[in-house]
Amino acid sequence: MGLVGESGCGKTTVALSLLKLLPSAGKIRKGKILFNGKDLVQMSDSQIRKIRWKGIAIVFQGAMNALNPVFKISDQINEAIKIHEPHVSRSAAKERVEALLEMVGIDKTRADNYPHEFSGGMRQRALIAMALAANPEVIVADEPGTALDVVVQAQILKLLRELKDKLNLSMVFISHDLSIVAETCEKLAIMYAGQIVEYGDTRSIFQKPLHPYTQGLLGAFPSIKGERRKLISIPGQPPDLLVPPTGCRFHPRCPYVMDICKREDPKLLPVDQTNHLAHCHLYPQS
Amino acid sequence: MKFKLKLFKSKEAVGDRSTTSSNIQAKNKDGSLEVPPEYQDALIGAKGLKKYFPIRQGFLSSIVKGQTQYVKAVDDISFYVRKGEVFGLAGESGSGNSTTGRLLLRLTDITGGQVFFKGKDISKLSSKAMKPLRREMQIIFQDPYESLDPRMTIKEIVAEPLRIQGITKSEAEIEERVKQILTEVEVYPPEEYLLRFPHELSGGQRQRVAVARAFVVNPEFVVADEPVSMLDVSIRAEVLNSMLELVQKRQVSFIYITHDLALARHVCDRLAILYLGKIVEMGPTDQVIQNPLHPYTQALIAAIPIPDPNYRRGDLPISGEIPSPLNPPQACRFHTRCPYAFGECTTLEPPLVEAEPGHWVACHMVHK
Repeated sequence: MGLVGESGCGKTTVALSLLKLLPSAGKIRKGKILFNGKDLVQMSDSQIRKIRWKGIAIVFQGAMNALNPVFKISDQINEAIKIHEPHVSRSAAKERVEALLEMVGIDKTRADNYPHEFSGGMRQRALIAMALAANPEVIVADEPGTALDVVVQAQILKLLRELKDKLNLSMVFISHDLSIVAETCEKLAIMYAGQIVEYGDTRSIFQKPLHPYTQGLLGAFPSIKGERRKLISIPGQPPDLLVPPTGCRFHPRCPYVMDICKREDPKLLPVDQTNHLAHCHLYPQS
Repeated sequence: MKFKLKLFKSKEAVGDRSTTSSNIQAKNKDGSLEVPPEYQDALIGAKGLKKYFPIRQGFLSSIVKGQTQYVKAVDDISFYVRKGEVFGLAGESGSGNSTTGRLLLRLTDITGGQVFFKGKDISKLSSKAMKPLRREMQIIFQDPYESLDPRMTIKEIVAEPLRIQGITKSEAEIEERVKQILTEVEVYPPEEYLLRFPHELSGGQRQRVAVARAFVVNPEFVVADEPVSMLDVSIRAEVLNSMLELVQKRQVSFIYITHDLALARHVCDRLAILYLGKIVEMGPTDQVIQNPLHPYTQALIAAIPIPDPNYRRGDLPISGEIPSPLNPPQACRFHTRCPYAFGECTTLEPPLVEAEPGHWVACHMVHK
């Protein structure tokens, strides 16, 4: 599952909410987060702590900053194991760390290095190893390839895909880059200004984008393959979420804007009885 | 002799700054100028350009290790950019593309080699002699949040180059020119923005202001260092398009520095791929992208994600990451990651040769 949108549209907030990691000023106002049939929003801190990492783990963006510079890599992964499985013996934990590192393609002789001795790609790999430490069922990957060079980024994405198949993980993949999610995700949700505007199979979204925002995003993306064409962009700016536009939040930038768009916020509904959902007045709202 | 004539012509074109031009000419009399005939019309060029950054080390280690170590950020690269041409410098971080841009503008000191601007060697000019030339060469930086002074209004920011260069003293004319350039970069209507501060503008608008600041003095040569990489995709194309319109309209020689080959393909006429401070491949964009000859270029292109869910990418031809420029591999710098490396690659550095017209590559495979 991929979650795509521009900066400030709320992708990372969704990711943090999934683990109830929001900063203290933020609060989940409404809604439910269902994990294996249980609602995480209602859970207490101690209950949620059992789910974090064992149930849902997160790979943070910015591999450069997410590791603690004064601890060895092995100790940092060890910490994740120890906290979630206190009964594991020291030697068993050490073995687990080495196995995890090997799984993400880091030589185990490097386990006792500090983060500054790792390159950007290796740090990102170490973070993935850490997320896998307690055998989670779901992994939330928040922009795992950003800030890395293309070649390294391609390696990391390949690793994530392989791990997903091997360990049978569910993955929420957050990115601003449509071309990355195109090759990684099976399902896609496009976010704009804090709302999901389109949801469906990756293939059907790319073949037949329904929402004008998705259409605009696809037109703005350069491709290395195919015809060289002029890039088309979406006019205007993403809205200020302090004062979001009335009605549909996309209407000030929308080329097909109608009167109703300015008054009423559309609903996210299936189009043509498929499982391709759009949040737009262009499609029947019943 | 033909070239002398050319030089004279360009001096004429410079007109009111003839004093500086003759200074430049005087410096050039030792005759180190050999521009290949096909680049006679090039506006800016680099020849054997080098930049080594010394590594600061302690007193003790300087005794133990003997000599100072250097990071060879840019090591012996040559290229030319014609008038009105968009030339791309692409490579991973650490490959030296930003440094090259800065060297061309003389924003950092040159370790070795020459920079030609309008046929004159400017690599040894004093900063005083450079000042009038600065009017003709400008830069657009990557991050519009840092490149605009937060305490200056948009009008002051865009007018600053006009004032520094003393282009006009009349306040009315300054305002007129600022308004005009803001309109051209689609910061519209300009009157509304003149007295605003950068923090009141969105990222895309800020970068447009940065573009306006570079173009307000009518430069002939502009370097853009990753100008849209900080912007969101939906506004990226717009900023880029209005920048390219200016480039075309004014026939500016434009160097576009990027790590994004997919974007470079849409922007550049010619492209050079850098790896660890060396040009490994250079040629017309379509040739480089569609028929990449160097294994590194091939790998870079294979690594780019394709916005098509039906496309399944094969295995990457290369592994590992870019080595430290402090201690780059000997001979061919790419041999440690190259899937085709053979004996010669570890002993001999491949020269940059012309594989097909205008398409240059530095690889032993191609030479065979």
